[in-house]
Amino acid sequence: MSEQRLAELLLKEEIVEFLHHEADLLDERRFDEWLDLLEDDLEYAMPMRLNVRHDEANRETTRPGDEVCWFDEGKSTLAKRVEQIQTGQHWAEEPASRVSHLVSNVRIRSVDPDPFEPAEVEVGCRFLVYRNRVAAETDLWVGRRTDVLRATPDGWRLRRRHLLLDQNVLLAKNLTVLF
Amino acid sequence: MNDRHLVDPDNGVISREIFVSDEVFDEELERIFARTWLFLGHESQIPTTGDFFNSRMGTESVLLTRDTDGEIHALLNSCRHRGMKVCRYDEGNTHDFVCPYHGWSYSTDGTLVATAGELFGVPHYRAGYGGNLDRSQWGLVPTAQLVNHHGLIFATWDPEAPPFDTYIGGFRHWLDNLAASTAGERGRVKVFRGVQKWRIRSNWKFVSENFLGDNYHGPTSHSSVDAVGIGPGGKHAATRHGDNKRPRSVASTSFPDLGHGGVTTAGYAWGYPSFAEPEIDAFFQRRWRQRLERLEAEGRPIGAFGPSTLFPSMSLHAGGFPRALIVAHPVGPTETEVWRWYLIDDDLPAEVESWLRHWYLRYSGPAGLVEQDDMENWDYATEASTGTIARRYPYNYQLGLHMATPSEDLDDAVESSYFMTEENARNYYRRWSSLMSSTSWAEIEERTGRR
Repeated sequence: MSEQRLAELLLKEEIVEFLHHEADLLDERRFDEWLDLLEDDLEYAMPMRLNVRHDEANRETTRPGDEVCWFDEGKSTLAKRVEQIQTGQHWAEEPASRVSHLVSNVRIRSVDPDPFEPAEVEVGCRFLVYRNRVAAETDLWVGRRTDVLRATPDGWRLRRRHLLLDQNVLLAKNLTVLF
Repeated sequence: MNDRHLVDPDNGVISREIFVSDEVFDEELERIFARTWLFLGHESQIPTTGDFFNSRMGTESVLLTRDTDGEIHALLNSCRHRGMKVCRYDEGNTHDFVCPYHGWSYSTDGTLVATAGELFGVPHYRAGYGGNLDRSQWGLVPTAQLVNHHGLIFATWDPEAPPFDTYIGGFRHWLDNLAASTAGERGRVKVFRGVQKWRIRSNWKFVSENFLGDNYHGPTSHSSVDAVGIGPGGKHAATRHGDNKRPRSVASTSFPDLGHGGVTTAGYAWGYPSFAEPEIDAFFQRRWRQRLERLEAEGRPIGAFGPSTLFPSMSLHAGGFPRALIVAHPVGPTETEVWRWYLIDDDLPAEVESWLRHWYLRYSGPAGLVEQDDMENWDYATEASTGTIARRYPYNYQLGLHMATPSEDLDDAVESSYFMTEENARNYYRRWSSLMSSTSWAEIEERTGRR
């Protein structure tokens, strides 16, 4: 096996480990530790998906930065979400929901500058987020995700997250879950 | 159905049946959603000829279209042959809707058909129908009446429904504020592309009631977001709106014969919030002054601000921030599809527009830090009202009972003497009851003496 290939495999293992660690932090409600994994200039967006004609595919997804999305925000708003949950009076998450984040189909799309000394990595995956709330209330959110991770002296950090939820009408009453 | 025994606004008592019963729900579709004026969309969503937006009235899909002459139409999205939806796109541009089932096609091209939505193409028209099918009788079903109110499009299925201006009455000032720029210019708003749509397990009336004048729920429902503070971050950073403190003496307004309501009076507005960014703060303080000058010059009231509801199911933040509207589409007695539109002045500097869009999205909608908690309350209130025992006990609407006085500004409205009141809800259900127990608009008008 070439050194290049070996470096790619090791990098992928490291990235997958990061994504799984992040999912654990969210599902174990260690939200402050999760926030620490976010870069200050994080771009976090979940656009909406429209039904459009086959030749208008460029209009199928609303544009973050310009149009209405489910989420289009940065670290400060995500920190407000965490703070809100922690007040104990955020009724939509009090009592707390049971949530599992599943991450699969992980593929490294690009590495800058190279897998030997990676500074930034773009990684694609599928997400499946399951929420069970109070008693019989259950939601399932599935879709594609593109993350940009940045190497820092403290380890990998999230620089960008773009979530493509496979729903048109949102089939949940709210989005109090962090994705 | 005589629903008078279910709704007793005079004593502030309303049965849970009207929030959970299948029978009441079916009657609402007939007597409320098939008869009243409903909001379909904003003209900026279909700016050019051929544009369409797939909207909804009650439980049904309705196409909002712009024909070759630029006229706006609302057409029931169901083929007249076998009922298939002729359009399953959310938006787009076309002059013909071709049914994917047997191929009947309908046109909005004035050079091909006499009226928009008329049946145009019928496969095997000559050989199969012998040319005897009268295409003029089998077009997409149009609404009976449609108006463009400063860019806001409303329609009704009922040809007997009162004219829109009569239907809205003094509530026009709230709609005018929704449709006016922050500088008060009428019709100078547009919607951001993308209508948020989501399903909740609530009765649809919980949504209307919430915005109609329920100042009572704020401190409890939204305590977490007030503790966190997501507002514009100026002088009043801690609150969710960033408003100047609203005086408690400011009354709510409601319309006993019409059912609409809002949280302020026509004569009072609390001004724009103060923003952390000095340039945005200065921008909106300037717009506020321009608004006051324009309204005074045009003789329009400066109030009619804040959360409010147009009977039956369109709620809005009239003027002020965030500028948005929400429609509660019924699905079933305990399920509702909520649609949210976000509006903005059509001439804002890019950085101001961007700032507002971010604020709107962190405030409202299913991911909004404020709105999330509303859905939790509406859903579980609905669920806990479905039980056999629960249904025996009515809801209490006695807050501010017998404390309303005639409006100082409007001849068809009343005002409450304290900012927390259920007077607006009582009047909403007066209107609800009147529609539900009448077989025709004539009967309703006879009862209320209004036309």
